[in-house]
Amino acid sequence: MPAFNTSAGGVRPATISARGWGWRHAGRPRPAVSGLDLDIGPGERVLLLGPSGAGKSTLLHALAGVLGDSSAAGGSAAAPADGDDADETGTLLIDGAPPRARRGHAGLMQQDPETQVVLSRLGDDVAFGAENLSVPPADIWPRVAEALDDVGLGRLPLDHPTSALSGGQKQRLALAGILAMRPGLILLDEPTANLDPAGVLEVRDAVGRCLDKTGATLVVVEHRVSVWKDLVDRIVVLQPGSATDSAVLIDGPPDQVLAQARDMLTAAGVWVPGYVPATRARGTRSAGPETAVSPAGQLLLAAEDLAVSRERPRRAGLRGGFRPVPPEPVQSGITAQVRAGEALTITGPNGSGKSTFALTLAGLLAPVSGRVSATLPLSAGAGIDPYRWKAQQLIARIGTVFQEPEHQFVTGRVLDELMFGPRHLGRGEERVDELLERLRLTELVDANPYTLSGGEKRRLSVATVLAAHPRVLVLDEPTFGQDANTWAELASFLSELLDGGTAVVSVTHDAEFSEVLGGTRLSLHAPERRETARETARETGESGRGQPERLVPGKVEAP
Amino acid sequence: MRHELALRGNHALLTRANPLAKFAAVMLITIVLALSIDWVSASVALAFELTLLPLAGLTLGLLWQRGWPLILAAALGGWSTTILAPDSGNILVDARIWSISEGSLELGLGFMIRGLAIALPAVLLMSCTDPTDLADALAQKAKLPHRFVLGTLAAMRLVGLMAEEWQTIGMARRARGVGSHGNPLQRLRATLGQSFGLLVQAVRRASRLAVTMEARGFGSAKRTWARTSVFSGLDAWVFLGGLLIAGAAVASALVAGTWNMVFLAQQ
Repeated sequence: MPAFNTSAGGVRPATISARGWGWRHAGRPRPAVSGLDLDIGPGERVLLLGPSGAGKSTLLHALAGVLGDSSAAGGSAAAPADGDDADETGTLLIDGAPPRARRGHAGLMQQDPETQVVLSRLGDDVAFGAENLSVPPADIWPRVAEALDDVGLGRLPLDHPTSALSGGQKQRLALAGILAMRPGLILLDEPTANLDPAGVLEVRDAVGRCLDKTGATLVVVEHRVSVWKDLVDRIVVLQPGSATDSAVLIDGPPDQVLAQARDMLTAAGVWVPGYVPATRARGTRSAGPETAVSPAGQLLLAAEDLAVSRERPRRAGLRGGFRPVPPEPVQSGITAQVRAGEALTITGPNGSGKSTFALTLAGLLAPVSGRVSATLPLSAGAGIDPYRWKAQQLIARIGTVFQEPEHQFVTGRVLDELMFGPRHLGRGEERVDELLERLRLTELVDANPYTLSGGEKRRLSVATVLAAHPRVLVLDEPTFGQDANTWAELASFLSELLDGGTAVVSVTHDAEFSEVLGGTRLSLHAPERRETARETARETGESGRGQPERLVPGKVEAP
Repeated sequence: MRHELALRGNHALLTRANPLAKFAAVMLITIVLALSIDWVSASVALAFELTLLPLAGLTLGLLWQRGWPLILAAALGGWSTTILAPDSGNILVDARIWSISEGSLELGLGFMIRGLAIALPAVLLMSCTDPTDLADALAQKAKLPHRFVLGTLAAMRLVGLMAEEWQTIGMARRARGVGSHGNPLQRLRATLGQSFGLLVQAVRRASRLAVTMEARGFGSAKRTWARTSVFSGLDAWVFLGGLLIAGAAVASALVAGTWNMVFLAQQ
């Protein structure tokens, strides 16, 4: 093992060099990356763009030294397509050595904040990487303190439980863990895709500060260009692997690349700054997939003075006579109405109970207090309280699309997935073809839902819920992490549904999305007692500390 | 998470002892209690253990909150022993199918007290020990392989997440029309489906976590420890305490003539 970066202050910015590099994952017929020629100098900050399937994440994993072993490192490209082993071609070097030998010299942050945390106490988690690199124990704690300061978490005690951090804080903690290793290369794989707008800026700014301080090389993959544009000094656009073309499509300074390749990038679904994809306007009544089921504006569902929580009532102990004790609500005093053909958008910071409220409204969680009532046109004989409906009664009335599409997959084939609802209800099978067509899933009918791309999974999850023909559609962060093309399709499709008389309730931070849908906005505020909310407020120096104010339903102008 | 937060505010004496010393003391008591099935040794051990509650920062209320499944299991075990054991001595209750006699009551009580006396040290240990510190001690002092110990520790953190995920998947499936209603077979199928969904998510999370750990240099043969696990004078006392409780339990049972080794044939 070569000794590297063990000196206290020493970060040596890394140089990356790829020559004809390619990688085929085990069991895949085609390489994820092939013919990559790329040089990144020390201290350069590079944004990697490209359509899904261009191998961006594969490259980052390779640079981090965490790609599985290959059968023939540096061997020939003519590996059998049915071979089980992964296959590497060409060379990929960091400071002249293969990344595997340089492990710990590059730090990688991934998308899902929950899996970026390793240990349960803040300080221990930051120290983890340094320990693995055999940094002398006496040097580790100063590094931990410095790294936590650099990412703005320095005010929290070292034994602060990592489970009590928000998503943005978890990602900053991951950055601190990376910094404590003193890496010459920082790799970010869609680090902010799962975060709310405040969290995105938190992380982006922390990354910027740390780069300014250490001068480390940066490679970031992210399809929201505007977030990273001012922080990087080079954009590299990759294209899906092919035998003849180069893997790098365009390479240059951000402004030049964005000017040169704007059309190509927007066509590939990249969020280019200043570009909002064209969507169908509300109110242009067309022969959509929906025939009007309810007169527009008819009240379908109402929440009155609702208090919500994900936790179930606990049983009081022996002394309490085993009575149910209601859980502490995350949000209370919510009043809202859901009307046919109208959109309701729920916004608010993390921890304000947006999703919990939406799930309660959708009949999936029991209210802590207050009530959710369905009007007669919606309930149609099933009773007033959606939480008491049977699952089959529920899906024909209120459809809920979860943030993570995989949570809702119940079969092993796209077509079965779509037929599942109609088969159980005994009606509506004829609608499935139309949905397949409309959401561009026709080609995929025989595929396994778990193998689809992110955008395809999202479209499928919307289609499966709609196949049961609900009058109210509830969506939890439907646009999180989606590329511009899927975004536009989804927004247009929902706008069509709305004009057809379906009520659409969406939990979203996405202002452009709610603007397309129009309707009413409900803003929830962070309640005071939550530890996470309090810590965030203290840390960012906010004075308001998120008082549980009265909700302010305001009219959003319909376009 | 509740457990973690509770531990943070716990500054009782035993939280400062080395987890390995506490672990050894618990093992001593457990082994002795597993050897005999008399009620004297179990009662003596249980009495000692209850006096240790404040040292671990526990109250009876907290004990019930953390350990009620174990306490209920012990009570249930005692009850079934009482009604099913062969009768001896006066019959106290006779309900034809089952009966309670002085002998069976004694046996049942002994069983229950034994269950509690064995379960309590484990609850005590977990209440005053952070899992991370236990892992440090196991790897540094007991010299267990660090890859195994830290891998297990990281995986345990995911278990808490999986509980949340189970609830979410349950709701997500209800939103697809998969209810937990119907006959037992349908319910079983629904639960199996939900378990499969959870399994998929668990594998995904685990592999992402593995990448995170590997990218932070985990997996090499050598590493240093930011937290050095040390033994102190307190640990000698903790171990002696365990020895004392185990010894007192055996001695009192021998004196009372109730010591009854499980391996030896009963008279």
